[in-house]
Amino acid sequence: MNDFSYAQATTAKDAVNFLTEKPQSAYIAGGTTLLDMMKANLTEPPRLVDITRLPFTGIEQTKDGLRIGAMERMNAVGEHPLVKELFPAVSESLLLAASPQLRNMASIGGNILQRTRCGYFRDAAFPCNKRVPGSGCPALTGDNHNLAILGVSESCIANAYPGDLSVALAAFDAVLTLENTKGKQRQVLVTNFYLLPGNTPQKETVLEPGELIVAVTIPMAAHAKRSTYLKVRERASYAYALASAAVGLDVQSGTIRAAHVALGGRNTLALARSGKSADRCPGYRSYIPGSGRGSSARG
Amino acid sequence: MSSDLFPDTGGPKAENDSRRSFMKQAGGLLGFALAPPLAGQPDSLMANSPVLEVVTKMTLRINGQPRTVQAEPRVTLLDALRERLDLTGTKKGCDHGQCGACTVFIDGQRVNSCLTLAVMVQDKEITTIEGLAKGDTLHPMQEAFLKHDGFQCGYCTPGQIMSGVACVKEGHAKTDSQCRKWMSGNLCRCGAYANILAAVREVADKA
Ligand SMILES: Cc1cc2nc3c(=O)[nH]c(=O)nc-3n(C[C@H](O)[C@H](O)[C@H](O)COP(=O)(O)OP(=O)(O)OC[C@H]3O[C@@H](n4cnc5c(N)ncnc54)[C@H](O)[C@@H]3O)c2cc1C
Ligand code: SF4
Repeated sequence: MNDFSYAQATTAKDAVNFLTEKPQSAYIAGGTTLLDMMKANLTEPPRLVDITRLPFTGIEQTKDGLRIGAMERMNAVGEHPLVKELFPAVSESLLLAASPQLRNMASIGGNILQRTRCGYFRDAAFPCNKRVPGSGCPALTGDNHNLAILGVSESCIANAYPGDLSVALAAFDAVLTLENTKGKQRQVLVTNFYLLPGNTPQKETVLEPGELIVAVTIPMAAHAKRSTYLKVRERASYAYALASAAVGLDVQSGTIRAAHVALGGRNTLALARSGKSADRCPGYRSYIPGSGRGSSARG
Repeated sequence: MSSDLFPDTGGPKAENDSRRSFMKQAGGLLGFALAPPLAGQPDSLMANSPVLEVVTKMTLRINGQPRTVQAEPRVTLLDALRERLDLTGTKKGCDHGQCGACTVFIDGQRVNSCLTLAVMVQDKEITTIEGLAKGDTLHPMQEAFLKHDGFQCGYCTPGQIMSGVACVKEGHAKTDSQCRKWMSGNLCRCGAYANILAAVREVADKA
């Protein structure tokens, strides 16, 4: 039997200390990704550091937008009146995800860090570059009907983020507040948070070892208020997206002034495309978040 | 949360069926034989240190009563209920949060007990299917499942009933389509969905 311990933290400092004390330890929030993976022997942290008691809570309006604590649970955020009113697509992305039971458990921070549903990644009997770097990618020639089309590489074609929330967050330029092991905070756009697989599919985000997600802040905007989340899937409820889109429009007297679209499901990370216009022929700015690439086109 | 529909405290623990009792005893013995040796046991978890490595005494508040278990921190709430506390009403289906058979309430909210560590919910109020009935009086949701034949093999039923109670309480069973969506975390391999829906909707209409 493997060595195992559990530590309960009430401050970020404690959490970091408990984590760094034992290499390979993991933070646990709702546990719906982590315990699932531990039961499948995909990860074996020698210690779980419970962060559910950290003060990463609250949903409040700030000067930068609506700030949502990373420990808030998916159902509570999805049903929150301010989220419903100001960011309908964010509310829908949460309430169309997983099951009611899972949404009562799952945290916002954990959702952003959920792992791919690639069947080979989830079966320890198979090689997988994401799980064991350099071991190969059976999905390239195997069952890949529900993996990514956009942003893929020769090393990995998984939809690294298979969920819904980050798609909506990407459409509205949401910002993550992160806190590193030295207690220093930084802000990172969700669209810069995820990394393309390239030759290092095991590295999925810019999060440093031990760094915590503290909160996510979504800037208020007219397009965010008039938005929706569309999720296409194999059954009407309780399934991951085959493809999804978060769409927000700023419409003034019959003219679309700005359009923000992010795609999910069929790409390695939440892909956002946004545009602003002063006339009826908007210029779009499109980018693949995390790649540093950008291009302009007339729409 | 203490109306007839939404009890949060205990019902009777009477267990008369001798076959069941035997199976539980056998399970208990096996569990004991496999259990790792006890080592340094603080009186209550976390009392001495926020870090736990070994089998420890945990106190869980289940159906209104404090229950103690000796378990390692890696034990899920589902296993603690079934294997250590003889509360076998909560079922183990997929053990990966996909089927809903293990649904219980924590502080009144439905969750999957298979993806919950027992050690993490010690200060919470846990309600299991055993806590719904009051003595011999079944919970209205249990009555409705009987009336509408909301099951065939019965394995998913405790989870379905727990989810149904929560669904009504949350106000998510007002229409058939809303109820279907908010009950979709509970799978039924026999396909008794139409009758399950009828049962939950009837209770919602009366609430
Ligand atoms: C059957 C099933 C169906 C699902 N369907 C969907 C779906 O349709 N759409 C969807 O979007 N999601 C879906 N999910 C995924 C679910 O939303 C995630 O499992 C959940 O959001 C993870 O949150 P958690 O709090 O449980 O994370 P945990 O399992 O506790 O943690 C996940 C990871 O994040 C890390 N972590 C957690 N919080 C923090 C933090 N604050 N700072 C730093 N690191 C942190 C942990 O160390 C761990 O590595 C589904 C899951 C299951 C099991
Ligand atoms: S697609 Fe990515 S996650 Fe899936 S097997 Fe290949 S390397 Fe692993």
